[in-house]
Amino acid sequence: MTERIRQVVRKEFIELFRDKRMKGIVLLLPIIQLFVFGYAVTTDVNHVLTAIYDRDASPDSRELARRFEGSGYFNIIYRVSSGKELQELVDRGKVLCAIEIREGFAKDLARGFPTAIQVIVDGTDSNTASVAGSYASRIILQYGREKGKHIEATPVKLDVRARAWYNPDLRSRNYNVPGVIAILIMLICLLLTSMAIVREREIGTIEQLMVTPLRPFELMIGKTVPFALIGFFDMLLVTTVGTTWFNIPIKGSLPLLFLGTAIYLISVLGIGLFISTISRTQQQALMATFLFFAPAILLSGFMFPIENMPVPVQYITHLNPLRYILVIIRGIFLKGNGMDVLWPEITALSLLSLLLVGVSSLRFKKKIG
Amino acid sequence: MKLRRVSAVAKKEIIQILRDPFSLALAFLMPVLLLFIFGYAITLDVDNLKTTVYDQDNSRESREFLSEMVRSGYFTVVGYPSTPAEITPYLDKGIARIAIWIPYDFSKNLRTGKESQVQVLVDGSDSNTATIGLAYVAAVADLFTQRMSPTRRLPPIEPRLRVWYNSELKSRNFIIPGLVAVIMGIIAALLTSLTIAREWERGTMEQLVSTPIKKTELLLGKLIPYFLIGLIDVAISVIIGIFLFGVPFRGSVVLLFLVSSIFLFGGLSFGILISVATKSQLLASQVAMVTSYLPAFLLSGFMFSIANMPQPLQLMTRIIPARYFVSLIKDIFLKANPLKFLAFDTLLLSVFGILAFAMANRKFKKKII
Repeated sequence: MTERIRQVVRKEFIELFRDKRMKGIVLLLPIIQLFVFGYAVTTDVNHVLTAIYDRDASPDSRELARRFEGSGYFNIIYRVSSGKELQELVDRGKVLCAIEIREGFAKDLARGFPTAIQVIVDGTDSNTASVAGSYASRIILQYGREKGKHIEATPVKLDVRARAWYNPDLRSRNYNVPGVIAILIMLICLLLTSMAIVREREIGTIEQLMVTPLRPFELMIGKTVPFALIGFFDMLLVTTVGTTWFNIPIKGSLPLLFLGTAIYLISVLGIGLFISTISRTQQQALMATFLFFAPAILLSGFMFPIENMPVPVQYITHLNPLRYILVIIRGIFLKGNGMDVLWPEITALSLLSLLLVGVSSLRFKKKIG
Repeated sequence: MKLRRVSAVAKKEIIQILRDPFSLALAFLMPVLLLFIFGYAITLDVDNLKTTVYDQDNSRESREFLSEMVRSGYFTVVGYPSTPAEITPYLDKGIARIAIWIPYDFSKNLRTGKESQVQVLVDGSDSNTATIGLAYVAAVADLFTQRMSPTRRLPPIEPRLRVWYNSELKSRNFIIPGLVAVIMGIIAALLTSLTIAREWERGTMEQLVSTPIKKTELLLGKLIPYFLIGLIDVAISVIIGIFLFGVPFRGSVVLLFLVSSIFLFGGLSFGILISVATKSQLLASQVAMVTSYLPAFLLSGFMFSIANMPQPLQLMTRIIPARYFVSLIKDIFLKANPLKFLAFDTLLLSVFGILAFAMANRKFKKKII
């Protein structure tokens, strides 16, 4: 039996890599994706493109503008001389933030009259808008506190001391890159598994396999093992690049990471197998894979925290293997979590994998036999 | 070029599509599913931060501070540890995202006019949620100090924040229009990336080669049916976005469909280019997935602002059509900009479309090798 499985695995590897470009896919696609995720997916708000309309043109107003630039959050790229220009810059999306300093700003400040600064933010990206808005408010309030010492009589002083654990610089990359490992395995293995099996059916070679003494179970194992190996290889590749190039720390244990990944891989292969049993053509397999893949990513907590979802949807996410592996991978990378913390996720993922593989192999057997 | 031959191929393709109702159903289901997920299930708005509170002071003032936090609506208290050591597991296990520690001298310092402190520990692994959470705590602290001040005075400089285009800061309003663009990009590539490769793999290309049809006619004929599917998808997405999700639509419908058609033509042509270049469905599907979903989701500015990316990547986004389409469609939805603002981007999209088609046409060899 093992000999037959070995032969199928061999055949599959030969078939897969007969097209030399496939090697490129297995090697290059993960790296490209890692770099895009590492560099593009940043939710950190800094260098907000800003325009300023300084109607006061006083040392005070210029100092305030410098504060904005010095904060590192704002890049003043336009200095305009009319409100209309300011409006047009925001309209055309040239800037995300526009600051208008009114005439007599410095005078009011000197005389102790309360004054105001107009800040306009482009709300189309509501997240960036709210963060940028709060930075702007803080810079302005802080400046006012320093300049207007003699007029503010607040005796109440409150200092908020904030510390971020696990990721002290609050780099979104540290959060995203480990997650990419899970996404990549899903994308590459799921698609390869589902399509490779359907392909035999589509071009008719499945009949040749069926006349051999190969049993459905052996065929199933032989067809999935190559992709499991590719998945594992890609995991190692991404982990290595992630830790060396992006300096993402791994605080936890590597064996636990491998264990988690292996269990996760089994569940992904189970889903791929399932898709292969419901698709007749590779077109169908591609569509079905994407139809599973897209919601699985969105409802995994990869980019959108699960606790912000409506409660019924939160229940649905329990059926998503990606959800568990993300907690496991991030826990190991960033928090240094061990089995004592991660056991619920590992147990859930194992049960899910068993279920997926069980259902799929039953269907597969029926379909082939 | 003969129109009769183009329409004959188109007809053949339509028959083939209709014979595969599964794929067709998925093509229509995909936008609906994605819209529902983005509309209902996920949100970038952070408004349910799980918080744990260690109130060492337990005074009227500290309770006032905490109720100020709860009143803000952004925090949900999930636990009250009674020693500092008990705080750690909350964050380690991810039960809470934020821990507030009010020291024992909080109220004493407030009353005597000394600076009092609040310690905030935040789980920084998800830097986005952490940043926003910290901004909320700072805002609560500002509000609290104002409320506690015996003499209520305006701050010396008051920041007046105004949000344009999306005044309620609903992420839905900017996500949904962008999503329509993303869906189009993905659908287009998924639909056509296999069409030519399929004919090669199944051997039906030989039959097509033996007919008098010219290659441009063949490609156009293949494109038309998918173009129609794409347009129906645009209509479905826009209708759901406006009527179900109440996203404001301020621009012109004609302009929307014009721009979408141009983008679709480019996306479908690009899919055909992949298909022509790979001649293998397995390979084409991998390439299509990565060249469609990755740029569309991540590099188009749909969710992650391009201004935050490093310079080289920003340059790269310039050659990604989805980038222009996302900004066009957001503008058409939210800003009602006249055509002259959008003309340049539309022109670029057209250039991309023509280029993709020309490349597919060049690469496609109508002979058996």
